[in-house]
Amino acid sequence: MRSDQPRASWPLKLAAFAVIAFLNFPVLVIFLYAFTTEEAAFTFPPPGLTTTWFGVLFQREDFWRALATSLQVAAIATLVAMALGTLLALALSRTKFFGKEMISLLVLLPIALPGIVTGIALRSSINQYGIPFSMWTIIIGHATFCVVTVYNNAVARLRRSSPSMNEASMDLGATALQTFRYIILPTMATALLAGGLLAFALSFDEIIVTNFTAGPQQQTLPIWIYNQLPRPRDRPVTNVAAIFTILITLPALLVAYRLTRGGDEQA
Amino acid sequence: MDAETPRSIAIRFSGVTKQFGTVRAVDDLSLEIVDGEFFSMLGPSGSGKTTCLRMIAGFEQPTAGSITLHDKEMAGVPPYERDVNTVFQDYALFPHMTVEDNIGYGLMIRKAPKAERHKRVQEMLELVRLPDVGKRKPSQLSGGQRQRIALARALINHPAVLLLDEPLGALDLKLRQQMQVELKTIQREVGITFIFVTHDQEEALTMSDRIAVFNAGRIEQVGTPNEIYENPATPFVATFVGTSNVYAGEVALRLSGSEQPFAIRPEKLRLALPDDPTPPDSRSAPGIVHDVVYLGMNTRFLIDLDGGGEAIVIAQNIEHGAAVSAVRGSRVRVIWKQDSERRVQHD
Amino acid sequence: MTETGITLRAAPPASLWRSVLRFFYRHPNATLIALLALPLLWMVVIYFSSILQMVLVSFYTTDSLSGRIIPKFTLATYQQLLQPANLDIILRSVAMAAAVTIAAAIVGFPISYYIARYARGRTKVLFFLGVMMPLWSSYLVRVYAWKLILSNEGILNWVLAQLGLTGVLDAVLSIPSIGGASLSTSYIGMFVVFLYIWLPYMILPTQAALERVPKSYLEASADMGARPGMTFRKVILPLAFPGVVAGSIFTFSLTLGDYIIPGIIGNSAFFIGSAVYTFYGTAGTFPLAAAFTVVPMAIMGVYLLIARKLGAFDAL
Repeated sequence: MRSDQPRASWPLKLAAFAVIAFLNFPVLVIFLYAFTTEEAAFTFPPPGLTTTWFGVLFQREDFWRALATSLQVAAIATLVAMALGTLLALALSRTKFFGKEMISLLVLLPIALPGIVTGIALRSSINQYGIPFSMWTIIIGHATFCVVTVYNNAVARLRRSSPSMNEASMDLGATALQTFRYIILPTMATALLAGGLLAFALSFDEIIVTNFTAGPQQQTLPIWIYNQLPRPRDRPVTNVAAIFTILITLPALLVAYRLTRGGDEQA
Repeated sequence: MDAETPRSIAIRFSGVTKQFGTVRAVDDLSLEIVDGEFFSMLGPSGSGKTTCLRMIAGFEQPTAGSITLHDKEMAGVPPYERDVNTVFQDYALFPHMTVEDNIGYGLMIRKAPKAERHKRVQEMLELVRLPDVGKRKPSQLSGGQRQRIALARALINHPAVLLLDEPLGALDLKLRQQMQVELKTIQREVGITFIFVTHDQEEALTMSDRIAVFNAGRIEQVGTPNEIYENPATPFVATFVGTSNVYAGEVALRLSGSEQPFAIRPEKLRLALPDDPTPPDSRSAPGIVHDVVYLGMNTRFLIDLDGGGEAIVIAQNIEHGAAVSAVRGSRVRVIWKQDSERRVQHD
Repeated sequence: MTETGITLRAAPPASLWRSVLRFFYRHPNATLIALLALPLLWMVVIYFSSILQMVLVSFYTTDSLSGRIIPKFTLATYQQLLQPANLDIILRSVAMAAAVTIAAAIVGFPISYYIARYARGRTKVLFFLGVMMPLWSSYLVRVYAWKLILSNEGILNWVLAQLGLTGVLDAVLSIPSIGGASLSTSYIGMFVVFLYIWLPYMILPTQAALERVPKSYLEASADMGARPGMTFRKVILPLAFPGVVAGSIFTFSLTLGDYIIPGIIGNSAFFIGSAVYTFYGTAGTFPLAAAFTVVPMAIMGVYLLIARKLGAFDAL
């Protein structure tokens, strides 16, 4: 099995590794400058290394509040997106009707159009209806562009599963709802989870739509970083915060990767 | 089927039509299936047999006409309220459940107590002769085993009618023949009406009490395997079930003295030397051997009849007679008994 | 046994719930509507109506005194949009988006091909993380990291100085219009950062499309005497193309509307995103901001229609 694996030519290998280096070099820079002893500028090479910034960040209450807000927003937005995405996937996975393509296009639009369009459009609507900006307005915005990740994952899984399974369940006496509970939901569970994790990561790092849908009281972590970066003091603290977000999203991504892989083998 | 107990009608189709868009899959079809019989729906793909099965199960609704189960109208009754279960072509076992949970699914849905569920599942596993696979997942079973589990799962509710949609199609020949025998045995054991959809005429002939031959959304003929094979009603039945020589028009007139089409089975034809006499109860026609195919148990000859028409002749390889020595290009005489001619309707 | 079967099949209680379920069984369209109602309501009422509102506002007038919007139809805003200064902004954005997209397709293809065809097991996970980690670590912090890399006192300059190549950089920066005082204030620098930030969005769908090319196709092609180069051009490229188009939707759109990167890197020339942001925040220019949002809507609308023709939607 191993022996008939095709081998890549060295230029291809080189190109692949060069791109990986290009993509990850700035992440290394972020790591490096989380330890610099300079507090206002980033010269290279750093004059010295220190771990004090971790302690500084730890005592920044506004950071913890922003982190909590971000986690809350991402969690609720993900749940809403999962519910909406599941319903859509159930409706569209096996039916054919006029306007079906329009619906999948509509779901795709929030991530296919630039974030600033979605952001400003939502903001002016919220203004118009006189809804106060709050955490909930952020959640509404996030859920809107997260639906598509859940929907795509769920619909792909449903299309791969055998259509006669649902019929078999009904045939054996289960109503449509029982069939959903005992057959459809377990079949899509891992795909839903994978979609949900991607939605969570998407929401957790979003800044543009958030900027327009957040009220003055709400700071998500990206907004906190946005406000923090241009400040002359304590700049390495943002790098520490960035490392923190990597540590939160990385496991979620790994799990999502494993889940979608597992689904492939099952099918 | 034993004659002394009168049987009631399990399934009745009255003028059933099913339209998919512009395609008429089932066309004004009427049919009665008797309690306890092994009934086959035989036909080529697209002939409407699977659609009929799906209408009985409740996965499709008839466009017109009515279907009754034990005289109860089925229109609008959802599948989960019908006393009918199905064995699917791809088995449709639930991959996330163990074999036990698959078989016990129907009872679980009906909220049967756990102990009873367990007992019945075990009974079913024994019925299909797989008592030890209960803890496995469907993916750990072979094709034949999955087929039996699908059967057990469909039988556990003891339905009035069991529907089988080409359940043996995915199995290899040996396993298929073995399962044909077992299905028949199980059917006798449980006494449930089996409706079996297949495109394999041999399978239908082997297993069925009665067969309906489907073509283009209609039933061409309903009868016992013997009736269907020996007395095909139409040219379609004559050629779809087994092989037949079908003659019509001018050729029929020359061979049998009547223009009405007739069919005759290749094994009822006999090859003789061109000058051999024709017995009084028989007819004959001269021709030239066009092709000879040795099939082991028999040999198949293709004869070009003088004056037009072809005849397929199958001769058993019992002895070295005139038939076997016939080679491509030899002149022969085809002889058959008059009473093996079968008059069929026009197409 | 027949007896148990029949007792279990005793007629179900005719409850309201049963009749509701029966209703949905008899009316598959009602089921479809019930499933679609909530998500469609959300997407149409919350999202689509807001987008439509922006289009409407771009045709409205503002009161010259209060700066408030009056729902009176006018094309004046579009006249304003077509003024040379604003057209410049649009052209600049589209040019940048196109350049980034083409570069991403070229840079992204080899690595996607490598991951799809050759990487196995641990290498594959490594590459997956290598592509995903930058994508999901803070966007803002990564953009700032590039400022540190590209600025005059940054890493790149330091490395070039160590290698004695400062002259090369100066030569590049002296190229008119795309050069500048330093990489971090030039279009070249901005292009590199855009490419860096959106490259994973190109790699992932391209790789997914390549992974769906069955090995048997390649073998069949080789079987019929095609040389590797021929197989690549005639079999692999056409099959991977929908994936590349799917990726380009993101790279193009995300570059087109970004206002944060042009604000941090580059010479502070306006892009569509920054124009929208600025005009939205200024009194009396809301319709102009709205008209500016219509530009990416129109461009992406056409783009999506073409992408659908090319089969990119299945590759998303």
